[in-house]
Amino acid sequence: MRLLLRIHTLLVLLFLYLPIAVIVVLSFNQSRFGVQWRGFTTAWYEKLFNNPRIALYAENTLVVAVVSTLIATVLGTLLAVGLYRYRFRGKGLLRFLLYVPVVIPDIVMGVALLLFFAWVREATGFFRLSLFTIILGHVTFQLAYVALVVKSRLASLDPALEEAAADLGAGGFATFRYVTLPLIWPGVLAGALLAFSLSLDDFVITFFTAGPGSTTLPLYIFGSVKRGVTPEIHALSSILIAASMAGVLLGRALLRRR
Amino acid sequence: MATESRKPPEGPPAVELKNVRKVFDSETVALDGVSLAVREGEFFSLLGPSGCGKTTLLRILGGFEVPDAGEVRIAGQDMKDVPPFHRPVNTVFQNYALFPHMNVFDNVAFGLRMKRLPEAQVRRRVEAMLELVQIADLARRRPHELSGGQKQRVALARALVNEPKVLLLDEPLGALDLKLRKELQIELMRLQMELKITFVYVTHDQEEALVMSDRMAVMRDGRIEQIGLPEELYERPRTPFVARFLGTSNLIEGRALEPHAIETPLGPLRVVAELTPGRDYLLSIRPEKLRLSRAPSGGPNEVRARVRDIVYTGAENQYILSAGELELIAYTLNADISEPGYEEYDYGEEVFVRLPPENLVVVGG
Repeated sequence: MRLLLRIHTLLVLLFLYLPIAVIVVLSFNQSRFGVQWRGFTTAWYEKLFNNPRIALYAENTLVVAVVSTLIATVLGTLLAVGLYRYRFRGKGLLRFLLYVPVVIPDIVMGVALLLFFAWVREATGFFRLSLFTIILGHVTFQLAYVALVVKSRLASLDPALEEAAADLGAGGFATFRYVTLPLIWPGVLAGALLAFSLSLDDFVITFFTAGPGSTTLPLYIFGSVKRGVTPEIHALSSILIAASMAGVLLGRALLRRR
Repeated sequence: MATESRKPPEGPPAVELKNVRKVFDSETVALDGVSLAVREGEFFSLLGPSGCGKTTLLRILGGFEVPDAGEVRIAGQDMKDVPPFHRPVNTVFQNYALFPHMNVFDNVAFGLRMKRLPEAQVRRRVEAMLELVQIADLARRRPHELSGGQKQRVALARALVNEPKVLLLDEPLGALDLKLRKELQIELMRLQMELKITFVYVTHDQEEALVMSDRMAVMRDGRIEQIGLPEELYERPRTPFVARFLGTSNLIEGRALEPHAIETPLGPLRVVAELTPGRDYLLSIRPEKLRLSRAPSGGPNEVRARVRDIVYTGAENQYILSAGELELIAYTLNADISEPGYEEYDYGEEVFVRLPPENLVVVGG
């Protein structure tokens, strides 16, 4: 029984990680075409780093990820704290609405945003598709993730702590600044890192909200794949994988801290 | 019984409640028209079983709950629409609620820093306060490195350093073991006398309330059953609930025969209170007020009973007696055997029990 369980675990892990491992391995393969191993090289990485277009796409990706993460972290944290601290009408509904962006299919979200931006553009002349619209699109789903992570951190907090702060003369903001925020800080950081990872490798929503000149790395990878996969793409994918995983691992480590 | 220093101080009320009502979720009545006044400098206890409304009352004073009706005044000032952070009170929370990310010093300094006092002054006052509650050596520790008793002292220091008009304490000793509780009870009384701050103390421990309070209120189902000096409530309970909740009581039903005589299952008894003949009454007498003897003493209200059980508690012997269909509990002090008049009784022995009329209290009717 124990043995079977081990084999099962191993198979699941293989299923999950073998494709990723293949990409990483191929990114170091000397062969330009096909999957045959011709020896180890870092040439594709060098080529990648010397490609000015890719540098621009990487910059776009990072700008989107950093800005959207900052916005989503501030708003998501405030949302979670508001839900934690206050009793008000419609609180249950708001809590439910928080889950919707998490479970709604990305493609629906993407199309909806595209239509919404078109509609607003029609009415106001603003909201031309650009990095700005990608950032807004990313915030819509990041916000929910940040709020949920921070909410779970808040749930482990003794509600008497905020009362104690108020009792000692701290108003709403001072209580947040000196008591609540320091205590939920690991949760806020973890939520931010999760949001950052999600933004970094998002394709679907970016695809629908991107305009000319706002290509990101995932969009570039998708575009290139149609013209045939090159080892450069493997190298790029490997870097994205490493960056996302680092974000998630760091977030987990932070969440575990007291 | 009351020493000079325990005398209730005179002066304007530090806390005044008038007809305070609080209903939760539009059905659970937590407070049902509570009125009381706590004098300045008084150690006042709210005593009652869980769910009686005592904690809600304290939270209303702290500003954490808003009463649905009634008036709350602290130090003469109406507290309507005054948020917790503007009230002249501080709270010692049930589970201390120390800030886990700050050390002891910063915890205690929090209130003073919120008032933006100069840091030198903050330091001086915090250090003096830590000295006063005897934890000066723990200033750099974090709360999770402290024992329960130490946390309690930090919570106390954190509240008292702000020199509140009224200190609110929510079962502050509830989580501690018996020996530590007794120590901290004495410590709290010492602090209160030294600082002359009004204490409003919530507890469900009747002994704690009797020991520490200048005055106390017994609460039940959102109402005050009785309010007064500890010895008043103990010796002269006005309701069966108070008689039973504060210590142990023998409750005896009866119908008045004459203004000072009542027919009971023990036979006719004489009482001091003025009764209306023909009406039913409930009497209470404390176990230590019963007088046991082998031979009849000839005094009033003497009945025969049989020893059914004996509980030895160290300081006293508790006799469970059968007197006709009634069960009586009597405590006798475990004095020296050689002392004149001291007797011990055996299982099954027939004894005489005297219920002194002055100790028979009317608690209902």
